[in-house]
Formats: sequence, C-alpha cells, structure tokens
Amino acid sequence: MNYNWNWKIFFEPNPMGTGTYLDMLLSGLWLTIKTALLAWIIALIFGSIVGVMRTLPSKAADWFGFCWVEFFRNMPLLVQLFLWFFVLPELLPKAAGLWLKQLPNAPFWTAAIGVGLFMSARVAVQLQAGISSLPRGQKMAATALGLTTVQGYRYVLLPMAFRIILPPLTSEFLNTIKNTAVAITIGLIELTGQARSMQEFSFQVFEAFTAATILYLLVNAVVVTAMRFLERWVAIPGYISGK
Amino acid sequence: MKHFRNFGLVLAASLVASQAGAEELTGTLKNIKDTGAITLGFRDSSIPFSYLDDNQKPVGFAMDICYKIVDAVKKELKLDKLEVKLNPVTSATRIPLMANGTIDLECGSTTNNAERQKQVAFTNTHFLTASRYVFKKSSGLKSIDDLKGKTVVSTAGTTNIKQLTEANVAKSLGANIIPAKDHAEAFLMVETDRAVAFVMDDILLASLVAGSKSPADYVISKDAFSKPEPYGIMLRKDDAAFKKVVDAATAALYTSGEGEKIYNKWFMEKVPPKSLNLNTPISAELKNEFAKPTDSPNPDDYK
Repeated sequence: MNYNWNWKIFFEPNPMGTGTYLDMLLSGLWLTIKTALLAWIIALIFGSIVGVMRTLPSKAADWFGFCWVEFFRNMPLLVQLFLWFFVLPELLPKAAGLWLKQLPNAPFWTAAIGVGLFMSARVAVQLQAGISSLPRGQKMAATALGLTTVQGYRYVLLPMAFRIILPPLTSEFLNTIKNTAVAITIGLIELTGQARSMQEFSFQVFEAFTAATILYLLVNAVVVTAMRFLERWVAIPGYISGK
Repeated sequence: MKHFRNFGLVLAASLVASQAGAEELTGTLKNIKDTGAITLGFRDSSIPFSYLDDNQKPVGFAMDICYKIVDAVKKELKLDKLEVKLNPVTSATRIPLMANGTIDLECGSTTNNAERQKQVAFTNTHFLTASRYVFKKSSGLKSIDDLKGKTVVSTAGTTNIKQLTEANVAKSLGANIIPAKDHAEAFLMVETDRAVAFVMDDILLASLVAGSKSPADYVISKDAFSKPEPYGIMLRKDDAAFKKVVDAATAALYTSGEGEKIYNKWFMEKVPPKSLNLNTPISAELKNEFAKPTDSPNPDDYK
C-alpha cells in the first residue's frame, strides 16, 4: 500500500467553509438520525395498521394488507426511492408535479417517507406473525368479556403481540438506520454522502469511511441498548418474552 | 583460512554490488518489468476522456494519452512485449486502487489540485476546464447574478459545488444549492425543472448537453465560477523514476503537436458510440500548456 494516512484530516477545515471535515461528517450523521427517526415513526404507524388489517376477519382488509406488503416489500428500496423522487412528479398534473419538485428539502421528505413505507411492510409482517402466534383463546376471551374488536386489539392482542416482536423490531429499527444510506441516490447528503464528499475533496478515502463506520456503529449501539431497556421495562414475568 | 575468509567477504560484497546494479529499478517501473504488465484505470462514462464504446472497450482522449505513455514505458524498460491491463475505476475507488497497486495510471478527468497532491501525483496537464453552468434556454438566465434566489444543483464532493457555495456567499445570491449524487442525476434535475442550473466543468456540461434528448434546448453560460483548472493523468506519489518517464512521454506528445491532433480527434469530430460532436475547439490556455507542459495544480499558472 502506498497510501498517505492522515488522521488529522478530521480537524482540517473542509473546502465548503462549514468548519472542519469532522463537522461535515457530524452534519451528515444528524441528517441520518433525523431521516431514520422520521422513517421509523412512519414505519411503525403504517406497519401497525397494515399488520392488524391482515389479521382482521374482513376479507377486504386482509386483501388490502396483502397488496401493501407485497408492493413495498418486493421492490428494491433503491428503485422505490428513484420512483418517488423522479417518476412520481412526472405522473402528476404539471402544476402539482412542479410544486412537489420545488418543495424545500424534497430529498429529505422523499427519503424519510420512502424508507418508512418500505420498512412498514416489514413491520406489518412481523406484527401479523406476532398476533397469529398468540393462543386463539386470547381473542375469544376478549370477546367473551364483551370487548369490541377494537378494544380486544387495544387491550389484549396488541400489548402481547408487540412484546413478542420487540426483539425483531429492534433489528428492523437498525435496518431503517442503515437503509437511509440509500438516500444518497436522490441527493440526500447524509452520513454516507458526506463521507463520499470528504473523500472526493481530500482523497483521504479510508479515514472518511472509517469514521462513517464508527459513527454508524455508535448510533446502532445506542439503539440496541435503548431497546434492551425498553424490553426489560415492558416485560411481564411468566410470559414468553418476560423472565 | 584468514585469506579464504577475506576472499569470501569480497565475493559477498561483489555479489551485493552486482545485485544492486541489476535492481536500480524501483517502485512502479520495477513492478512493470517484473510482471510484464501495466494496469490502466479507466472511467466508464467520462465522455470523451475515458468511457466505454459500443464494444465495451474503454476509449477516449485520456486513454489515447495513456497508451502513448505505455509505449514510452515499454521503450524505457526495453521490453519486447508489455501487456496492458484495464481496470474500471470510479471517483470513489480510484485512490484505494492506486494506493494498493491495482492500477498504475488513472486515465480520466481528474482535477489536479494541491489538496489531492498530498495523496497522489499527476503528470502534465491534458485539459483545462472552468466551472460554468448549464440552463434551459427558456429560463432566460444571462449571468451568475440571475441565479439569485433560484435552485441550483451541482455534484456532491466536486470542486464545482465548493466554488458555487463560495460565490453564493461572496455575491450574496441566496441561491438554494442542492447536491446531486452524480453528473447524470444533476443534469436530470435541470431537465425535469427541479433546478434551474447545474454548475459543473464546462466540458462535462458540453458532453451532457450533446447526449441529451434535445441539445438545442440548453445553453452553457459564458460566466465562469473559476479560472480554468487542470486535469491530469494520476499516478502514485513518491515514485520519481516512474513519474520522470511519464512526464517525459506526455511532454514529448504535447510539444510535438500530436497532442493537439489527438485533442481534435475527440473534441472536434464525431465520437462513438452515439456519433456526438462536442465541437469544442482547443482553448488558448491549453494550447500554451501543450507548448510548455506542466503538472502544476495552480490555475494561475495557465495563462
């Protein structure tokens, strides 16, 4: 290897005039975190709704949930983001398309919503599996107590199902964070994007990507720890996920 | 016994000496001689510098120059046969592949600047390009000042986006600058009216316009964001022997007038695969540089 290592590069001013190279990476990290959090909220909301629909007695609801999951799960995320960002505005009426294109921070909203919907399909499938794994008696007991379907889900089925799928949900959250890296394809300069910019400016490619890797690992470590606390906090002694 | 030992020492010393004589080649040159092969890094879509033609074979202005360098290296090493290996690179991979010895020369459109010279070396400049912007004729922009408050795109990580950012502050344009992943995407943003202008090296803009659906719809600005900056063939740093050979080869090529001939072949005639003609005559600055080749990263040295 004939490579000129320079770890001090992070403290040198970046050519954009926005502080040091480290500042550049940190601003990318902040954008990654914002995108991932918004995407995760969207994924949880839509994933829960669709997951519940797939377990309802209604045929129509089940069919809608099925279509949702297959649509968002089967297309590569890269292709989805490209479609939302470049193709969708062209399909709309000209004025609406133009409005969408000139929206400030369009790449951010597209990335957060796009990644969120993609992940919602995965959350939905897990929630469906969680609900299906409950003993059939639970639903019957809820009905016998005089609870409506909504109440049955709210007070009996969902609290149990969510506890069961909490560990896999943690990995979905981690996937959401990592998936935001795809957003550089629509011009969102998040952590991976900033690492690429840094290597283009300085040619210090290994330092840039080492730093990006460490930052991703740190964020994921925080998420894993937080989710472990959450699991312990909601655990019910004597149940599958409790101790 | 003592004499015998002395004799042994002398023998050993002379062996070391002759070994040293045979090994005066170092670095890249030694490596090329040992393996009988040289590896060129090429870009797949840097038209007309280095790109794939319809046979998936890398061609272009920088490729032609690299083949001339290969001839010179072959002559220098007195080799009968020198195998040329081709390795694709991107802007993200060119440095790691250069550093770990995968490629010996990078034949593309890499800007030679002082920051980058800390990591790699460049041979004599083969092109000069200034930062300008492309816009749709219908948008009626005239000068940089007309970009006030508009959305402008450039490619992330390029010197161009840096110059645009600086101009935005210096001229208080208040333009909304969005970074794009690559040149094609940035141009797509102008094509789809997501941005009114795309700031980039003028020659890259010319090739994007020539390759677009309706080239007549686009105009490249007269106003420039920078002085013409040099492009160079990249090689490993701290390999003086190899650089000397490469520099001599390019200098000979440019001063002999052959450089301009190759230039005209790629910039004034139709180039494959789509038979586009970039119609970009050689600039006065580049003509001067060809007369007096230099590897300086400083734009002020090219008057």
